[in-house]
Amino acid sequence: MTTEQQETERARPEPIKAVPVRHPGRWVLIAVLAILAAMFIHLLVTNDRFRWSFIFLHYQDGKRGVMFTEPVLEGLRGTILLTITSMVIGIVLGVIIAIMRLSPNRILSSVAWIYTWFFRAVPRLVLAVLFGNLNILWDRIGFGLPFDHQIGKLFGINDLNAQFYSIKASDLLAGFVAGMLALGLSEGAYMAEIVRAGIQSIDPGQAEAAHALGMSRQLVLRRVVLPQAMRVIVPPTGNEVIAMVKDTSLVAFVPVTFELFFQLNQISARTFVVLPVLVAALIWYLIICSVLMVGQFFVERHFSRGYGSTGRARQRLRDIEVEQGGRITGEAS
Amino acid sequence: MTEMVRADNVHKAFGSLEVLKGIDLVVQQGEVCCVLGPSGSGKSTFLRCINHLEKINAGRILVDGDLIGYQERGGKLHELGEKDVARQRQSIGMVFQRFNLFPHMTVLQNVMEAPCRVKSENKSVVRDRAVSLLDQVGLGAKKENYPGQLSGGQQQRVAIARALAMRPKLMLFDEPTSALDPELVGEVLDTMKDLARDGMTMVVVTHEIGFAREVGDSLIFMDGGVVVEQGPPREVIANPRETRTKAFLSKVL
Repeated sequence: MTTEQQETERARPEPIKAVPVRHPGRWVLIAVLAILAAMFIHLLVTNDRFRWSFIFLHYQDGKRGVMFTEPVLEGLRGTILLTITSMVIGIVLGVIIAIMRLSPNRILSSVAWIYTWFFRAVPRLVLAVLFGNLNILWDRIGFGLPFDHQIGKLFGINDLNAQFYSIKASDLLAGFVAGMLALGLSEGAYMAEIVRAGIQSIDPGQAEAAHALGMSRQLVLRRVVLPQAMRVIVPPTGNEVIAMVKDTSLVAFVPVTFELFFQLNQISARTFVVLPVLVAALIWYLIICSVLMVGQFFVERHFSRGYGSTGRARQRLRDIEVEQGGRITGEAS
Repeated sequence: MTEMVRADNVHKAFGSLEVLKGIDLVVQQGEVCCVLGPSGSGKSTFLRCINHLEKINAGRILVDGDLIGYQERGGKLHELGEKDVARQRQSIGMVFQRFNLFPHMTVLQNVMEAPCRVKSENKSVVRDRAVSLLDQVGLGAKKENYPGQLSGGQQQRVAIARALAMRPKLMLFDEPTSALDPELVGEVLDTMKDLARDGMTMVVVTHEIGFAREVGDSLIFMDGGVVVEQGPPREVIANPRETRTKAFLSKVL
């Protein structure tokens, strides 16, 4: 109201028409980038050693390009499956270990610390090879009474077998399962740190208010702390998922054949075509990561409820209204 | 009249720092007890002991005859488990200085959360009650908003409605207006006055002398972890007997 009156009383001055500041440096840089981009596109289009038709259209006698042949698609499925399963293991373990790490109980938090220390210290490649060979330690892996042989000996029974179910170690701990465990357990350590940072970023007053309402610790964590911590947890987790897509190529050393890069490598070994196969692998990884980034966008949007830019914009608008003596939006109606 | 809160010789220390050095207090049902005192006098800590957000080191606190945080069996005190502590807290509402609304839930969800999840009450019943509570604090139109879109005073009124949704028999207020702009203090105090008029038992830690005088049935003045003076608010504020009370009141009045 007051501003409008002022406007009518005083004529609005002419809008400023000043010469903007020039940024010649930016234009030079843009020109350089444009030339580099043109050179790159020129390379892609004119250099026939890329053998685009080999990648996209005809591979050997087939009608399909190398990207779309059955073994490669099989490998792609393996890569996606391995990413999903190892990330699920990693996230579940990460949440459990982060909660243990923040436990007031010293033993639990130390165990969590040792876990993170170990799995962050060992390179994933080493872990992958290690898990591929871990079945040397046992003949069979089973589920049942622990230390059954030792307990049996204590009571004078030789070879007490109290396993409900067991499987040959070399069948279970090899190939896909070994790779999945190596990646998943290692991921658990990284996720634990991410989740811990997320939980610690939440104002302790939140948990306090929830406790004061009579909520149990588990309920507080599930309904109040973790949903808010997700805002901090999701972006680095997106990073981890994308890193995991690429790290699945490490399981070729387990060895796992059910994996994208291994399959493409096999083809280049068989056909002696190296570069186009690498380009095909690169394109697949680009596609997977792009899809994941779209997913991350929606997940992030979901967990920023109550913080979103719309909320902040409305808040600003309201502040301005209050400052100008106007009524608060929507109230008193 | 029944005793809603009874504190006997309550002591609390953080490490070697003694914050409460023997607090005695009785609050009758329906009474509004205001706690005054300089910062660091232990008044907030004492309030947090009443619903066991802080564990006391010595003494006893009883709410409606229930020993808070412990159970006496065979002459020995046993710490209560998490579930029992949570059950005791259900009947004690608390309002914080910094509101502590859940920012990821709408106003209505904030109010409905505890009755639905803790008491497993019927959702539509809780919803009706939440809406009428929000109307009562004058925020019925804001129920679909997120806390971040409300002013401080509005947020604090939602926090009061959230605590009331659990149908508490006692309400604790920890400096409910200290984080507010001066022009927003009145609306929160008005809500609290309505609550007092409806017969709610309240323990209010505050710096609002006017509120204490007008609404309070009793007043205690704390300093250095002890109750320095207590009595009817008008008397204590008008003619304080202790020098520390006089000094404090002369600064805030």
